[in-house]
Amino acid sequence: MHKITRTDTASSVVGLSNVHKSFGALKVLNGVSFEVNRGEVLVLIGRSGSGKSTALRCIDRFETIDSGEIVVCGHRVSDPKLNLRALRQDVGIVFQSYNLFPHLTIEENITLAPCSVKGISKAQAKEQARRVLAQVGLEDKLHQYPEQLSGGQQQRAAIARSLAMQPKVMLFDEVTSALDPELTGEVLKVIEALAADGMTMVMVTHEMGFARGIANRVVFMHHGKVHETGPAAILTSPATPELAQFVGTGL
Amino acid sequence: MGGSLNANHLMFLGYGALWTIGLSLIGLLGGGIAGFIVALCRISPSRIVRLISTGYVQLIQGTPLLVIMFLTYFGLPALGVTVSPLMAAGASLTIFVSAYLGEIWRGCFESVPKPQWEAAEGLALSRSQRMMKVILPQAVRIATPPTVGFMVQIIKNTSLASVVGFVELARSGQIINNSLFEPFLIYTIIAVIYFALCYPLSLFSHRLEKRGGPARIELEAA
Repeated sequence: MHKITRTDTASSVVGLSNVHKSFGALKVLNGVSFEVNRGEVLVLIGRSGSGKSTALRCIDRFETIDSGEIVVCGHRVSDPKLNLRALRQDVGIVFQSYNLFPHLTIEENITLAPCSVKGISKAQAKEQARRVLAQVGLEDKLHQYPEQLSGGQQQRAAIARSLAMQPKVMLFDEVTSALDPELTGEVLKVIEALAADGMTMVMVTHEMGFARGIANRVVFMHHGKVHETGPAAILTSPATPELAQFVGTGL
Repeated sequence: MGGSLNANHLMFLGYGALWTIGLSLIGLLGGGIAGFIVALCRISPSRIVRLISTGYVQLIQGTPLLVIMFLTYFGLPALGVTVSPLMAAGASLTIFVSAYLGEIWRGCFESVPKPQWEAAEGLALSRSQRMMKVILPQAVRIATPPTVGFMVQIIKNTSLASVVGFVELARSGQIINNSLFEPFLIYTIIAVIYFALCYPLSLFSHRLEKRGGPARIELEAA
């Protein structure tokens, strides 16, 4: 068992070290370690049930871990005395099912947290809402309700909502899995633009072509472990037969 | 003795009906406030608070309202606390309604999709901010039809207050019948008045349900 490997260095934003996690008798994470540096895009891939979504959710403490250590932006996530709200101000998370608040307009969805958590003024928050919506190409949807938007637009609005909190790292949990290919494309474009801006990101995705284009590092999870990791190139020339089979390059 | 039904009798019934409405409002208001607290306790992160509130709900739901009325009106004076019929009836209804509305509303809170709670958590909102700004507005939409429907139960249950001498609609009917001996006629009138009070509420509740109540709650993908 290796000791924590300096996850608090200046450039390390997310660090998992030998993380174990079980749901009852089911071992989901079996000693997972990886690190994400500032400005990096790490893509988690693997079969359903391989533990990739759980690993992602552990970073934002939506799941607690059994052993190991997770450090995110200087917060020791595994510490029971962790200041959860401070962690979540630094971490933005976007879900598969968008989860916009249906009773609020897009603008209200976006300004809610900055106003209530950071205490910035309504006017400032609205100004910011316009800015982040422009970033995702939805500046004209300010006063619409989520149900009036397409799935792709809702997901882009959800990304904008996260951006408004100015997180240091963004987590994306299969954000395009509920969308058809066309809508997927518009969401991925937004994420690509964020990566180009230098946003640190960890994402779980099944879009292999996208992963190849955007990832600085790919982590292939298999049976709760990091089975293979490396630059995006491993997707085209995998070293292990499991990854080869997963990406379908066995041809 | 005897005589026939006249305007004075009808006035008396009308007065009783007003008290039925008044008592219902007391029960709805008192029970609504207490029930809201019960609902919050039932979903509290603290295990002990959940246990206590669950015990309260089960205790009250397992006790007939009639017995609660007897306990407050006849039981409390035995302990040295005298209560008027209005106080006894109002307090009993408040207790009774709080347990049922608390349980209805707990269900409404919990039927706000879990990802909504998570999204609010992910945005670093505090528990009270999540409750007030994200969950409650959605729960209210879900809660409106069953709450309006439950008001019908409250109105009908106020008739039990007649046993502690509170003169509401049922009791005023009894009193008139004692002098007129026209039970079929008088209790028919009473029934019609109750129906006239309850039916619009039932209708309204159904309409709310059909309109989908929580219009903007999307069904979750996955």
